[in-house]
Amino acid sequence: MIALLIRDLRLAIRAGGGFGLGLAFFLLVAVIVPLGVGPEQAVLAKIAPGILWVGALLACLLSLDRIFALDFEDGSLDLLATSPMPLEGVVAVKSLAHWLVTGLPLVLAAPVLGVLLNLPVAGYGWLLVSLALGTPALSVIGSFGAALTVGLKRGGLLMSLLVLPLYIPTLIFGAEVVKRGAQGLAVGTPLALLAGITAGAVALLPFASAAAIRVNLR
Amino acid sequence: MSIWEYANPKRFMQTSGILLPWVTGAALVCLVAGLTWGFFFTPDADKFGSTVKIIYLHVPAAMMAISAWMMMLVTSLIWLVRRHHVSALSAKAAAPIGLTFTLIGLVTGAIWGQPMWGTWWAWDPRLTSFLILSLFYLGYIALWQAVEDPDTAADLTSVLCIVGSVFAFLSRYAVLFWNQGLHQGASLSMDAQENVSDVYWFPLLICIAGFVLLFVTLVLLRTRTEIRARRLSALLARERLA
Repeated sequence: MIALLIRDLRLAIRAGGGFGLGLAFFLLVAVIVPLGVGPEQAVLAKIAPGILWVGALLACLLSLDRIFALDFEDGSLDLLATSPMPLEGVVAVKSLAHWLVTGLPLVLAAPVLGVLLNLPVAGYGWLLVSLALGTPALSVIGSFGAALTVGLKRGGLLMSLLVLPLYIPTLIFGAEVVKRGAQGLAVGTPLALLAGITAGAVALLPFASAAAIRVNLR
Repeated sequence: MSIWEYANPKRFMQTSGILLPWVTGAALVCLVAGLTWGFFFTPDADKFGSTVKIIYLHVPAAMMAISAWMMMLVTSLIWLVRRHHVSALSAKAAAPIGLTFTLIGLVTGAIWGQPMWGTWWAWDPRLTSFLILSLFYLGYIALWQAVEDPDTAADLTSVLCIVGSVFAFLSRYAVLFWNQGLHQGASLSMDAQENVSDVYWFPLLICIAGFVLLFVTLVLLRTRTEIRARRLSALLARERLA
């Protein structure tokens, strides 16, 4: 399992393309939004939590098709499926690799972009916490979408259509945590719900993803 | 004699062929009676004026939009467990109907909301979750269309339907948490004190029955079409081989 994780990480970093692109996209969202809505600090402070979460979500979405597509094309997914490791484990490791490559950099970069969007000071800690808790769910849900569309020639657009509705609960609770945190309100409830969604998704969705991959490899 | 006999496409075609005209007729009778009664023979409501009458389309459509997804969930599970093709095909057949009901619910709601709330759209929990439901329908239908092999498509959409159900349910409660709404609460439940008064209740009940029957009619019709399409493609494939 660790070997697979290291392999995926190496591929992501050395093969170019996916790694860093999500981050650049996230940065661009944070730059483009003020250009669109105007530079008033008060307005930006108000929408910053939502924009940062939507940006992170879209950046995550952007790199999803790489989770399984390349391995499917060169046949290594078949090898992984026939290996002694359960396919659910393969899916979990691949989601973890995706999170390390895409989700974690987003979490770390988010406070910097918070400055650009004039996020209130009280919000930074909660931004980090909510993204750290929420992005694993984005990766796992995303790998389910990628697993569904892995056999398709042009799966990318379809995958966004499938995955975005599944992202809604995570987005709502995640942005709510930051919004409340920025206003100095109690964040316990949305934070617990966000953590619950992540825990549930991480525990259960690999089974659904593995089932979808088995169907697609048939 | 069990329900599984109808998993045989031939038996299903026979029985549904006999059933279809009756269900269609019943749906027509209920809809015509319910809508006529509702539109022309009920008084205008106190605060609503005549706009209250859109309830006869709005409520049944919204109920069926959710029920259609439930039906797809059940038939998807049956397909995954027992591999009955009719089951998968009926889920495929129900999806566009469910989407249409969802859109009817949204549009009639907007038309009702404009004079009542002064806005076509508000980010109210009920409205939002219906919009999300329509997105789930769209994704489901798109996946059916994108996958070429019918069995693969049936498997993938079934898995999507199950996972989607969980997330649709989560979204429902998430938006409830996210915003408080304009939409009134339940007014049709059996035990609530504040139900709509009987004058509106009876025609509404007939309309709901009419929409249920309409849904059954359309699902049967579309499932029959799907089965015929499947037979046709099998015939064509055989011809190509010969």
